[in-house]
Amino acid sequence: MNKSRLRSIYSIPYTAWILLFVLAPIALIVYYSFFDLAGNFTLANYRNFFTSVYLKLTISSFWYAFLITLFSLLIAYPTAYLITKTKHKQLWLLLIIIPSWINLLLKTYAFIGLMGLYGPLNAFLEAVGIGKQQILFTDFSFVFVSVYIFIPFMILPIFNALDKLNPALIDASRDLGADSWTTFRRVIWPLTTNGVKSGIQVVFIPALSLFMITRLIAGNKIITLGTAIEQQFLVTQNWGMGSTIAVFLIVFMFIIMLVTKGKEKGASDNGKAR
Amino acid sequence: MKSIIQSAILILIVSGILLFINAELNKGSKSGTGTITVYNWGEYIDPDLIKQFEEETGIKVIYETFDSNEGMMSKIEQGGTAYDISVPSEYMIEMMKEKNLLLPIDYSKIPNIKHIDPYFLDLPFDPGNQFSVPYFWGTVGIAYNPTLLEGQTFESWDDLWDPSLKQRVILVDSARETIGMGLNSLGYSLNSTDLGELREATDKLKMLSPNVKAVIGDEVTQLMVNSEAAVSLTWSGQAADMMYENEDIDYVVPEEGSNLWFDNIVIPKTAKNIDGAHAFINFMLDPEVAAQNADYVGYSTPNLSALDLMDPEVVEDERFYPDVETRSHLEVYKNLGLELLGVYNELFLEFKMDMK
Repeated sequence: MNKSRLRSIYSIPYTAWILLFVLAPIALIVYYSFFDLAGNFTLANYRNFFTSVYLKLTISSFWYAFLITLFSLLIAYPTAYLITKTKHKQLWLLLIIIPSWINLLLKTYAFIGLMGLYGPLNAFLEAVGIGKQQILFTDFSFVFVSVYIFIPFMILPIFNALDKLNPALIDASRDLGADSWTTFRRVIWPLTTNGVKSGIQVVFIPALSLFMITRLIAGNKIITLGTAIEQQFLVTQNWGMGSTIAVFLIVFMFIIMLVTKGKEKGASDNGKAR
Repeated sequence: MKSIIQSAILILIVSGILLFINAELNKGSKSGTGTITVYNWGEYIDPDLIKQFEEETGIKVIYETFDSNEGMMSKIEQGGTAYDISVPSEYMIEMMKEKNLLLPIDYSKIPNIKHIDPYFLDLPFDPGNQFSVPYFWGTVGIAYNPTLLEGQTFESWDDLWDPSLKQRVILVDSARETIGMGLNSLGYSLNSTDLGELREATDKLKMLSPNVKAVIGDEVTQLMVNSEAAVSLTWSGQAADMMYENEDIDYVVPEEGSNLWFDNIVIPKTAKNIDGAHAFINFMLDPEVAAQNADYVGYSTPNLSALDLMDPEVVEDERFYPDVETRSHLEVYKNLGLELLGVYNELFLEFKMDMK
């Protein structure tokens, strides 16, 4: 009796936090999404979302978020694997994490300089004989900079999963005659999918709503849902429409969370004998 | 556990000391006539003048910047910060008046108003200048770098559509300027409320897509200065900034017409130090201050007495100080209301989605 009362006292901060900073804002967003500019109740915002402009916007947001996640994963997995094999794991990990402490805008501005027509990247291309290229304001620059920004968030969960992996399992796989590829496919990958899934969550969802980079690096040639929300709130002052886009963004997030939900299958206990 | 408690106590002590020092520092400066909070566009004042104002009056200035009229207004509307001064453009003043967000100006406290060119007073957006005092004015046009081009000139907006400019034009990330450029090129009004005309302008803009290198904000200045971009749609003062650092750049207002705009100083409803705000306005209208400010910022000053103190070469430059006759061909933005602002922005979004 006493114990359960103590527990309910402990849960006050958590419940208050969830109510005030998670549930209440979401409820407000949903509420605002039903009003038009004049403050009348309407479903027009939702109808408007399904017009060609916003649908196209959603599709292109998903496409770029997919590309960013894919490339992050392709780079992060081997990197995380390599780090688990090094002598000073924590040091290498720290070196990858440190840049994520620097302000995002500062890093983005640095890339404007690096990728400019007279920047070091183009100087290199010219020296190699390829010649000057327009790098800034292209799909390439956008995906590159975004992947650079998100990669630490992809490496961390994968590193943790790989690090927890019991090496005896790999030895066992080898002893039973599996080659490296089979070991990876049948043992390492299945046991680290939870790390990969949480990596995908922390990259894909923010990538859907990236803004600022879309303007500074992509020159507004790529527009994401985040940019559209910002415009609706700050420029058009149409809070209803902005909220409606936000509602869809939240729905997409839930879908992604459901799809990438980790199945509690051996990964957490590393398949250690029980 | 013990070390955690120790470090927690240490952090608390350090924060307490910092808080105390901060409070002491603020106390010292509040001995004058208090503080005012100025909310202005980025790069829109000579920082030395703020120091001069603080020294002369003993009023401490807290300075914050915004990058769009609309963003500025929504912050003032929500009232989180006590802004004493802001500098909206003419159509926004109209909108803020409608929403009762402005305080009337007491001209007995602003004797320097006599220096302002009467042309800029009593304009339709604020009859009798009840709520606003002229700060700067200018136009929208094309800044270009002839050394990067093959002899193209920009007498007409249509010159931007020239196939030789593939991937070389930078547009400004603002719906009214960019859609307005499309409207101007077709000979329509910048304040068009005709959906057919707006559609036509958007379709014409879409044909510009292959020439567009990017749609960005203030970053364009650096790109032009570094010869990274050849042509950009921009405001006159921003062009002046570019020309100040890169002499090759030129600025032109195409002959179909363009936008003539005014940025005026206002006292928003959020103001706490109304006397301080008046003192600030009067200070900014002082001819010497206005001349120094115009020299630094690069936009055109409405202050007649200041013009006499400035470099004649600048003041006689028709590109930045077009005469009254030329100005009559230019159009001032009207407040179109939120509904149409939404339409402009949706069309602008459609244009941006179409680029590539």
